[in-house]
Amino acid sequence: MDLLTWSDIIIQIVLRLGPVWVALVILFLVSFRFKRSLGLYGKLFDSTIGMIGFAIVMFWVFAGFFAGALDWITTHDPLAQFSGMKNKVPGTPLRGAEDGDFSHFLLGGDHLARDVFSRMIAGSTIVIIIAPMATLFAFMVGITLGVPAGYYGGRLDTTISFIANLILAFPVILLFYLLVTPEIRLTGLPQYMAVVLFLFPLIFFTVLVNSRFHIVPTKRNALLGIGLAVLGILYISLINEAGSKISFLSSIDLFDVDAGLLTVFVSVVFVNAPTVFRIVRGLTMDIKTRDYVAAAQTRGEGAWYIMLWEILPNARGPLIVDFCLRIGYTTILLGTLGFFGLGLAPEDPNWGATINDGRKLLSIYPHPALVPSIALLSLVLGLNLLADGLREESLKD
Amino acid sequence: MALFILRRIAIMLFTSLCLTFVVFFLTNLYPNLEKMAKTQGNFRMNDEAVLSFLENRGYLLPLPVKYGEWLGVYPGYVIEGSDGEIRGRCFKSDQIPSEAPRYCGILQGYWGYSTRFKSDVWGIVTTRLGLTGILMFWVMALMVPSALIIGILAGMREGSRTDRSLSTFSIVTTATPEYVSGVILIAVFASSAFGLKWFKGTATAAMDNPNLENFFLPVVTIAIYGMGYIARMTRASMAEVMTAQYIRTARLKGVSFPNIVLKHALRNALIAPFTVIMLQFPWLLNGVVIVETLFNYKGFGWALVQAAGNNDIELLLGVSVVSVFVVLVTQLISDIGYVYLNPRISVT
Amino acid sequence: MSKISYDGPILEIDQLSISFFTRLREIPAVMDFSVVVQPGEAVGLVGESGCGKSTVALGVMQDLGVNGHIVGGKIKFKGQDLGKMSAEQLRDIRGNEIAMIYQEPMASLNPAMKVGKQLIEVPIIHEGVSEKEALRRAKEVLIDVKLPDPERILQSYPHQLSGGQQQRIVIAMALMSKPSLLILDEPTTALDVTVEAAVVDLVKDLGKKYGTSMLFISHNLGLILETCDQICVMYSGEAVETGSISDVFDKMQHPYTQALFRSIPLPGADKNSRPLVAIPGNFPLPHERPSGCNFGPRCNYFKDGLCNTQAIPMNKIKGFERHFSRCSRIDEIDWDTPISNSSQFESLPPGDVVLKIDNLKKYYEVAANALFGSSGTYKTVKANETLSFEARESETLAIVGESGCGKSTFAKVLMGLETATDGGILLDNENIGSTPIEARDTQTVADIQMVFQNPFDTLNPSMTVGRQIVRALEVFKYGQSDDERNDRMLQLLDLVKLPRAFATRMPRQLSGGQKQRVGIARAFAGGARIVVADEPVSALDVSVQAAVTDLLMEIQRKEKTTLLFISHDLSIVRYLSDRVMVMYLGHVVELGTTDQVFSPPYHPYTEALLSAVPIADTSIEKKHIVLEGDIPSAMNPPSGCPFQTRCRWKKDVPGSLCETEVPPIKTLDGGHQIKCHLVKSKLEKMEPVIKIAAE
Ligand SMILES: Nc1ncnc2c1ncn2[C@@H]1O[C@H](COP(=O)(O)OP(=O)(O)OP(=O)(O)O)[C@@H](O)[C@H]1O
Ligand code: SF4
Ligand code: SF4
Ligand SMILES: [Mg+2]
Repeated sequence: MDLLTWSDIIIQIVLRLGPVWVALVILFLVSFRFKRSLGLYGKLFDSTIGMIGFAIVMFWVFAGFFAGALDWITTHDPLAQFSGMKNKVPGTPLRGAEDGDFSHFLLGGDHLARDVFSRMIAGSTIVIIIAPMATLFAFMVGITLGVPAGYYGGRLDTTISFIANLILAFPVILLFYLLVTPEIRLTGLPQYMAVVLFLFPLIFFTVLVNSRFHIVPTKRNALLGIGLAVLGILYISLINEAGSKISFLSSIDLFDVDAGLLTVFVSVVFVNAPTVFRIVRGLTMDIKTRDYVAAAQTRGEGAWYIMLWEILPNARGPLIVDFCLRIGYTTILLGTLGFFGLGLAPEDPNWGATINDGRKLLSIYPHPALVPSIALLSLVLGLNLLADGLREESLKD
Repeated sequence: MALFILRRIAIMLFTSLCLTFVVFFLTNLYPNLEKMAKTQGNFRMNDEAVLSFLENRGYLLPLPVKYGEWLGVYPGYVIEGSDGEIRGRCFKSDQIPSEAPRYCGILQGYWGYSTRFKSDVWGIVTTRLGLTGILMFWVMALMVPSALIIGILAGMREGSRTDRSLSTFSIVTTATPEYVSGVILIAVFASSAFGLKWFKGTATAAMDNPNLENFFLPVVTIAIYGMGYIARMTRASMAEVMTAQYIRTARLKGVSFPNIVLKHALRNALIAPFTVIMLQFPWLLNGVVIVETLFNYKGFGWALVQAAGNNDIELLLGVSVVSVFVVLVTQLISDIGYVYLNPRISVT
Repeated sequence: MSKISYDGPILEIDQLSISFFTRLREIPAVMDFSVVVQPGEAVGLVGESGCGKSTVALGVMQDLGVNGHIVGGKIKFKGQDLGKMSAEQLRDIRGNEIAMIYQEPMASLNPAMKVGKQLIEVPIIHEGVSEKEALRRAKEVLIDVKLPDPERILQSYPHQLSGGQQQRIVIAMALMSKPSLLILDEPTTALDVTVEAAVVDLVKDLGKKYGTSMLFISHNLGLILETCDQICVMYSGEAVETGSISDVFDKMQHPYTQALFRSIPLPGADKNSRPLVAIPGNFPLPHERPSGCNFGPRCNYFKDGLCNTQAIPMNKIKGFERHFSRCSRIDEIDWDTPISNSSQFESLPPGDVVLKIDNLKKYYEVAANALFGSSGTYKTVKANETLSFEARESETLAIVGESGCGKSTFAKVLMGLETATDGGILLDNENIGSTPIEARDTQTVADIQMVFQNPFDTLNPSMTVGRQIVRALEVFKYGQSDDERNDRMLQLLDLVKLPRAFATRMPRQLSGGQKQRVGIARAFAGGARIVVADEPVSALDVSVQAAVTDLLMEIQRKEKTTLLFISHDLSIVRYLSDRVMVMYLGHVVELGTTDQVFSPPYHPYTEALLSAVPIADTSIEKKHIVLEGDIPSAMNPPSGCPFQTRCRWKKDVPGSLCETEVPPIKTLDGGHQIKCHLVKSKLEKMEPVIKIAAE
């Protein structure tokens, strides 16, 4: 079999990505149809920039999802090494391909003779799970601390702000090098941090429900009971790992998270949370001067009700925009970790690590490093464009 | 004003103490010490050997004691080891132990000894910092003016074609972290396979003799990522200023457009980005680490990676102190500069 | 550059139409608008918010932004069509021939440029004079606008000056090159009444001195009466009536103008015997205008088939020079019928004392330095100084004063958002002055509720209207079940005359007046006995103000509520309050029944305040009292009497008593209290400020 030409490669890739296109088209058709009744999300479809961004983001979400959950799209096992495919250029036919094997390495082979295309797609799976999740947790932490700091001000604010500034003054890389090492993992430190950080969603949920429904205790107890049970089990499963420093109640330890992954996750949350904290704090200080907050105060509402039901919902615009931007930033951070070989296993197909592997032979074989670079660039770009579109639309009327 | 600066310096010192303690704590966790012992001694040491290795070198003293030693507020250890040799923190190789000073820490100007480079931390930090300083200088010289110009041109007429294209450019650059832009730039400009071969893909030579060929790519790589961010800030600030009532006042006074931009809008529009530029430093440090690794430029960032990779505690501490210090000083400068740029705030 | 010399009218606007183009639609902001400004004449442009006043002004300046376009008609300045001028020519005219002054003085001065530099720019650009010459002129003009110490002011940044001073700078800037036309867009709305009076006075004098024609935009009819010769009333993008002040004020020929005058509280209106007549309905949005007459849906004289078929042109009124009206039934309407007094009420006898304020004091400690706060020095701001008064059931007590006088602080202390520094608040003889809101029991909280000033801020934008009222009911422990509370919520909507369907709406779907009604419903949810209304109507349009005021009065009558009405607007205070308390810099300077306060003897401050309030009635004669300077900052109050820096009666007090000693409270006949050193005989010699001219 022959080397594919560039146009063949493109056609093949487009075909290979078929399910993604179908999903994208359906998503856009449906959203367009109902855009007037979909609030801010619907308004996004009035902005070209926003739509482009959203399309790119969803492209990767679908690609990552189909590859991760259904094993579609990827052409070869991203971890498998194929003899004779070392550093082969894009379009090289797979030597000794058997029936049922995909016949080519669409984007070539890397220095360990693995398929670059499949590794790129496989790399997206982990990003689209970790980046939004980590950002979400960072937001939980930032909100749970930032709203009271902004609302009460005073000593509480000074203390939390000082700690936040402390973390912010730390060069991120130094922090990663200190936190994301196998040795630190042995001490159980990341797990202890997880114990604290993952507690925030539980606190957040409890306060949220209690402040609203404390007037109707039966309803509150029911909601809290169910919610906390579910969250609690997730929490315990998350922080527990058999054979590590934290392992108790193993009967309800539903799943284990890879220790490296957990460490990465925790440190990314840790690095992001202070910035979210600052944003939330600023927004809170602004919104708390509004009359409707005063109105709530004059009818004797509790502080947490005011913070979570009167202030927070009205800060959502800027927070949603920042959420998108921050997912992008988190993606970059994950790439940085991979680039320095921190955290995940060395053979893991995450983009950062792949770029790092590829850069050593960059001047001779650029494709193994270029492909994940462009993938990462496009995803972050999509998120930034999406955030820009959202910002623009949320400012309008 | 003086009082304000004093307060800020006090906060800075306190912050540095907190941060170095955190670094100290993390690097002194036992698994880290163990790893260091094994790299220092030999990899086949058994647990006992590791213990005595650490014991003999004062690593197993209580954490506050070690931290006190490092700061220079607690006398350096003198330990007669299990192997009979007397070691002391303050012993120099060519010194008789009895003549060694009791205290040797930061306060005495002693930054410790690098286990990785086998030399004085202070010396390493200063030479590496010098190299990085040159890199940073060029980055700033390229990044700040271009970012400001882009931002101002874009924000000057919001929604115009110039605005749209420049804004898109800025968004693209903010989406390009150093390890991506570096890879792309090397592939395009330096790849021997099909690149343009205009520049060099490594900056090792630039350590002695920086020139356009070997220094351009690393500088551009760092600058690009920060540039978009500053440009977008400037644009937002400029666009906001241009809709301000006083700009309309100026326009209706008959001031011409170029004069409106230069005389009325500029100073107001630069207040916000100024703070941002200064707060970019901790970020730039990130970029420096990546770029120095990518281009093999042995500066401060490279030293950081080396220190962290080998758990070289004292070098790591030195590096942290310096970087935290840089960050805090820029924050101070940004606050003071903000006051000078913004006449609405008076300090007295 | 020399000025154009021309004999005819300064400004001729002829059938001007302006539209803004947004992505969704074209918004016709101004339609078929014509007006002529003769040399030396001042023309007033009145109308409610959003009716297109500012758009006309910007149209004249040819500065409509990227999406605004003149879609019809002509604007001629001294005979030249402004629409045909090049950018270059326009620049020559702007600032040189036509100058403009806006509402927000702080926003219209460049914060990062010294005042002097901003002033000298004008002659340097337009006349190419040297910097020295320009500076000399700047000083002259600063003296003209009565600013003290011009040298220092030229060297200051805008933020170092007070609001009144800033507005004077803006005026000075406009006058720097002696323009032929001055456009003032709500130039005093952001200022306090007494400062406003001084600025208006200045503008009038300078207009005469410089021979400048003026286009004066305002929503306040009283101000227009004081400043202008001609008036143009706008409604929803159109001029509906134009003419000389006396024609339009006394012989109005348009139903909207008439309705407007009937809905503002002029002297003589009274909440019981002659209540205001609100204009029904709401102002239409530019893209939702009815066909035919824009005012049709709200007009009492509306006639189907005549008013809603074709566009109504401007008609000349017979027997008048320059008096036009846009109504097709001018001749059919009998313009002299008095207001049909549909509703008259018994005045309620006040009941028992429910609230007693006893020597209440509230002091704040503030850092002397805002930015680098907490670095040492603190100052005490005395926001409330020994307040004492009583309020009875079904009584309306007005608290009057300008910015910073401590009105809102008092409200906060009463509500429990702050605690008193000293003294007490007795609610049913129980002291709640030092009980913060968290520590108050539900009943106390429900008893004292508040209506807020800004309708756009008073409702949580992300919660439905119904939900917000139900939440109040929940908090006040009303009812047993959700259904019960829902029913009550719907009843409350009925109470404030809102359709029940509004329960599911989001606040952004409501107009300002409607939001304010929801705010009132929320306040009454727990059966409040005392309601503090902090300027509840001042942010609303004139035509809705009356409706909201009447609503408050009606509910008060029904619920026997004690209403504490906080306001700076003396007209409305006179209209609805039983007793009035005047505050200045934290002190109560006068307290008495409405009649006592509005007729002599006055406290010197009340006297000035009364004189400052513009009244839209040509038959009223006012004594002219202009206060010097601005209200002192609460951070550095003057020694002795708080009002001594601006008082014109000070010279009648022997010695330096006013400067050294805080005056005691004097009780005159009928419990009328005045805090002033003036002796009784002097007080008695005071003349009334407002007189109805004998016709
Ligand atoms: N740039 C714009 N884009 C779209 N619509 C606009 C724009 N400027 C004004 N409008 C609309 O034109 C109409 C007239 O506005 P304008 O500002 O002239 O009113 P106004 O009488 O000055 O009101 P106010 O008393 O509140 O100042 C309003 O409906 C407004 O919403
Ligand atoms: S034209 Fe008809 S609806 Fe319009 S103002 Fe006259 S009477 Fe009223
Ligand atoms: S006490 Fe003196 S200064 Fe004060 S109001 Fe009376 S007369 Fe004026
Ligand atoms: Mg206006």
